[in-house]
Amino acid sequence: MDAARLEGILSRYEGEPYDLIPVLQEIQDNYGYLPKDEVKEVARRLKVPLTQIYSVATFYKMFSLVPKGRHQVKVCLGTTCHLKGGPRLVDSLCSRLGVEVGYTSKDGQFSLETVGCLGSCAQAPVMMVDDKYYARVTVDKVPKILKLYQS
Amino acid sequence: MPKFESLDHLNEYRRQLRARRDPAQPQVLVCAGPGCLPLGSEEVAAAFRAQMEERGLNGKVALKTSGCHGLCARGVRVLIRPQEIAYQKVTPGDVPEIVETTLVGGGVVERLLHEEPETHARCQHKTEIPFYRGQQSLVLRKLDVIDPESLDDYLALGGYRSLRKVFFEMTPDEVIDAVERSGLRGRGGGGFPTGRKWRICRDTEEPVKFVICNGDEGDPGAFMDRAVMEGDPHAVIEGMIIGAYAIGARRGYIYVRHEYPLAVKRLTLAIQQAREAGFLGKNILRSGFDFDIQISQGSGAFVCGEETALIASIEGHIGEPMPRPPYPAISGLFGQPTIINNVETWANVPEIINMGPEWFAAIGTEGSKGTKVFSLVGAIHHSGLVEVPMGTTLRQIVFDLGGGIPGGRAFKAVQTGGPSGGCIPAQFLDLPVDYDSLQQVGSIMGSGGLIVMDETSCMVDVARYFIGFLYEESCGKCTPCREGLKQLKKIYEDITHGRGEEHHLTLMEDLCAAMASASICGLGQSAVNPVLSTLKFFRHEYEAHIRDKKCPALVCRPLLTYTIDPEACTGCLACVRECPVGAISGVKKEAQEIDQELCIKCGLCYEVCQFDAVRRE
Repeated sequence: MDAARLEGILSRYEGEPYDLIPVLQEIQDNYGYLPKDEVKEVARRLKVPLTQIYSVATFYKMFSLVPKGRHQVKVCLGTTCHLKGGPRLVDSLCSRLGVEVGYTSKDGQFSLETVGCLGSCAQAPVMMVDDKYYARVTVDKVPKILKLYQS
Repeated sequence: MPKFESLDHLNEYRRQLRARRDPAQPQVLVCAGPGCLPLGSEEVAAAFRAQMEERGLNGKVALKTSGCHGLCARGVRVLIRPQEIAYQKVTPGDVPEIVETTLVGGGVVERLLHEEPETHARCQHKTEIPFYRGQQSLVLRKLDVIDPESLDDYLALGGYRSLRKVFFEMTPDEVIDAVERSGLRGRGGGGFPTGRKWRICRDTEEPVKFVICNGDEGDPGAFMDRAVMEGDPHAVIEGMIIGAYAIGARRGYIYVRHEYPLAVKRLTLAIQQAREAGFLGKNILRSGFDFDIQISQGSGAFVCGEETALIASIEGHIGEPMPRPPYPAISGLFGQPTIINNVETWANVPEIINMGPEWFAAIGTEGSKGTKVFSLVGAIHHSGLVEVPMGTTLRQIVFDLGGGIPGGRAFKAVQTGGPSGGCIPAQFLDLPVDYDSLQQVGSIMGSGGLIVMDETSCMVDVARYFIGFLYEESCGKCTPCREGLKQLKKIYEDITHGRGEEHHLTLMEDLCAAMASASICGLGQSAVNPVLSTLKFFRHEYEAHIRDKKCPALVCRPLLTYTIDPEACTGCLACVRECPVGAISGVKKEAQEIDQELCIKCGLCYEVCQFDAVRRE
């Protein structure tokens, strides 16, 4: 465990139980997942039982207990995206990446997720790769988008 | 930005700010709202920056990236002020021409002007476009005027001026009285009278109280709050200061979902600016009132939009709702009296104080005052963000503002209220939209998602979608919601896979009755709306799925058959490459064939075919 890296996060909080979620969010953003040793240290420092951290980490969608791929692919399945072909995008991505939703491709390049709504409904269907939005994505655009990230 | 020690100091600063600003100075506002951003707002803004530098226009023309301009379907949008020339579908390649023709030459680039879908009439000014003409903007009015990262822009338009009245001319009771008389009701969906909620909280004896802004806009198909938080963050903060003063809170939280990173960034910056300017912190403007705000980010759970679940989440727990009463106004965050209002509700408050409650109450209907922002999306020409007076009819919103349905297709329904709402059929198009009328037809106002559906949408599939969504998002605490959704989901799977039976429809109604009456929170109680409203108005579609094993709208894929029209097929093999099970075969450059035994009916071949050769029935 990189103690200094975790300390950098923890030092910005008062160390109270109500700091739990923001601390976990920072670890998730920083490490890409919630590493076991770090989580144990958080439990000790915030005086929160490990079981509560587990319940929080598995309840909220943004947390992951396993490392994710290099690139996060998020397909919006909001109502408008659903109507305009979001589910077919998911099928296409699953088949191209060889993964199911919630998993990471074998080469560790892509993690595939679906999200409730990204709020760009006028451009449905929408997907995101890392922080970049892609508007009005049709199935035939999928390989071109993935190619931009394949190394 | 100075720290304002007093009202006089603020007023003097505002006076100088306005004197420094030339109203005739040309301004370029590039929309970077939720709709335009994915289309490349940043690239367009960068192209303007480069061109203006090259043409020596820096300092002469102001360039701003702004919040949402509304007409998202025609993004990236660029508004040239003061003439209010509205350009649409702007790409970086169009920028040199705009700079040359409009900024330098004073002319108009015709081809980038708005064009009406039916008449092909061009509209030069924003106000000529029918989409904008039918609107009344209170909450959205600053979004295409200001740079949301500039406190000066907000102050120049009178920002934070309500604090003069609130702190120095009104008692907290008078503030609550004004909000009560305005008739403002909660914009998050429930429609509870805002002033009454504040009064209940004010009347508690507890010394420690909180205000919360609910920015956990989870309804799929809704982005009103995102646009306000990103486009006018100080309005939310100003509203919260007023609310905190009214109930006596000294600490506030803005709960924003992490899926909205730009909203988090803008609000964080705005809070910091407000602190530096002395609108937040100790002894604000020497009023003796202390108040500060912090941001709490959601972690991806729809149920946290429910107020008791949201509170649990801020406290560091999983988002499980609590039975009410006690309501948060009596016992909320950390057990203390807490006011939770939605983003749009807070953003309405400063103007109610500035203009007076009577002004606000004069807008809207008997029971619903003011305006409502809707995200108008789906099968419609002009998708985007609209703000109309309460009582505007669905027909006006869908056809006058939204420009109607593309492709000459027929209107089927409009879905309001997200997963807690219902589908409203064509017979109610003349319904004036307000809290009460929507409830009467089995839907709800909700937070303001308005999703238009045409004949290509299957209403069974729409209800199945919402039930699937809610099944995933149900926290699982109470049995009616957890198990009811599970059973409903299974029935929908059966119906859409051709395994539906007649008795399913009564079973669904029974399940809905139990869920509506016995679930702990709004998620389970209102989850029945998508089911019951479609069963009521579109029962014939359910019957077609169950009796004929057909999906009339050709949406439910297991009920479809895919074939290739040998006349139309060019043998390009696009479908062969896409088919995940290798069910399509044939010689290159000749017609292909689908093996019906192997076909899993995923529809990807239909999707990728450029020649309309894949048929489904």
